[in-house]
Amino acid sequence: MNLLEIKNLKKSYGGLTVIEDISLSVAEGEVVSIIGPSGSGKSTLLRCATMLEKMNGGELTYLSEKAAWNGSDGKCVYAPSKDLKRIHGYYGLVFQNFNLFPHFSVLKNVMDAPVSVQGIPKAEAEKTARQLLARLGLADKADAYPCQLSGGQQQRVSIARALALNPKILFFDEPTSALDPELTVEVLKVIRSLAEQKMTMIIVTHEMQFAKELSDRIIFMEEGRIQAQGTPDELFSTENARVREFIGKLTN
Amino acid sequence: MLQQLGAGMVVSAEIFFLTLILSLPLGLVLSFGRMSKNRLIRAVSKVYISVMRGTPLMLQLMVVYFGPFYLFGIKITSSYRFVAVIIGFVLNYAAYFAEIYRGGIESMAIGQYEAAKILGYSKVQTFFKIIFPQVVKRILPPVTNEVITLVKDTSLAFVIAVSEMFTSAKAIAAAQTTMVPFVIAGIFYYVFNLLVAFVMEKLEKKLDYYR
Ligand SMILES: Nc1ncnc2c1ncn2[C@@H]1O[C@H](COP(=O)(O)OP(=O)(O)O)[C@@H](O)[C@H]1O
Ligand SMILES: [Mg+2]
Repeated sequence: MNLLEIKNLKKSYGGLTVIEDISLSVAEGEVVSIIGPSGSGKSTLLRCATMLEKMNGGELTYLSEKAAWNGSDGKCVYAPSKDLKRIHGYYGLVFQNFNLFPHFSVLKNVMDAPVSVQGIPKAEAEKTARQLLARLGLADKADAYPCQLSGGQQQRVSIARALALNPKILFFDEPTSALDPELTVEVLKVIRSLAEQKMTMIIVTHEMQFAKELSDRIIFMEEGRIQAQGTPDELFSTENARVREFIGKLTN
Repeated sequence: MLQQLGAGMVVSAEIFFLTLILSLPLGLVLSFGRMSKNRLIRAVSKVYISVMRGTPLMLQLMVVYFGPFYLFGIKITSSYRFVAVIIGFVLNYAAYFAEIYRGGIESMAIGQYEAAKILGYSKVQTFFKIIFPQVVKRILPPVTNEVITLVKDTSLAFVIAVSEMFTSAKAIAAAQTTMVPFVIAGIFYYVFNLLVAFVMEKLEKKLDYYR
């Protein structure tokens, strides 16, 4: 079963068309990387998929449950809010700049949503949160506050925060772009270990080597369209001049 | 003399605390109106805030006190004096606090709302768990300024003859031809504000644990 299906997504801001027409399916356990020049609409695609932005047209389906579709008047119709609430629980999103809650301790950042959103008992949520933090190498940081952590640690906390809600799909929007190179490694390591555990992930990244090693499929986006996609081997040996140029620029 | 001044002190403190307790929440509600998606609510809140901040509090107190009589012919009782003072102060200070809240709320990064939305927090949860606590930290300095002004503003209650600190001091000074009550009143306001500064500093320290 496809966990995510996007059909004919269109998105524009005012007169500016940002996503021309994108269709994309992601199967359970699949790791999909999205690459492409800045301004090509990668973030917008993730923001539409995670419903931070409303689509102008197209269909969005998670686990065969329709979240949005084209109405008869040509506008996009979203499912009733109680359905959307459930569908929201299927996915998580890791932001480029973490967006941790600065007034919450690391532990609270991770366990608060399970308690206040999912209604999981506190003790149980805390146990899960501590296990997650330990898994991500942050066991000793549970009582720290985000401002006391390095960028790499903050990003790992935000990954733990997303995982705590037990999502079926995890989206990443350039998770290492705000980090110094030496901190990038620790975050990539965490994402790699999630891939090994068969977490379904969609990752926007500029880390070509990482995308190549990790992904089942790589998508190259440009000007609001998917210009090319395939397995890493296919994409890295493509004849498509634009893709070659882009990959070439980023790998040396 | 001291007894009379002491009674005035109590009244001043009552005006101070009642105004704070009532105007802080009312200001928050008003700031929601000021930021409302509904244009009418937004416009009404904006005009209200502008008028309350743009006219003297002394005048507002007189309108609240004498208004019922001049406008509706309702007989004013002396027990209404204190109530009128509280109403006037609360209406005025809510306008100032509303603008402070609005500044704080609008300064919050959009990413906090987005993270909360992705995690599934409701709008109400997002505001009260994520946004508001951070806003409180940010607006503490301007709120402190307003609170210090409020301590001194309580003396304006004298215009409708509520016997707070300043009214009492003035009466005693006139009756006994002495400056002493004014000195005592001055010390009272000053010490009161020292206390306010102390408490607000404690609060700021308490919120110092992050960023
Ligand atoms: N909220 C917005 N309002 C107007 N234009 C936007 C908005 N968000 C993104 N854009 C525009 O959409 C285009 C694609 O942006 P984005 O999806 O962030 O690209 P990428 O993530 O690939 O760098 C850019 O030209 C950007 O300026
Ligand atoms: Mg982007």
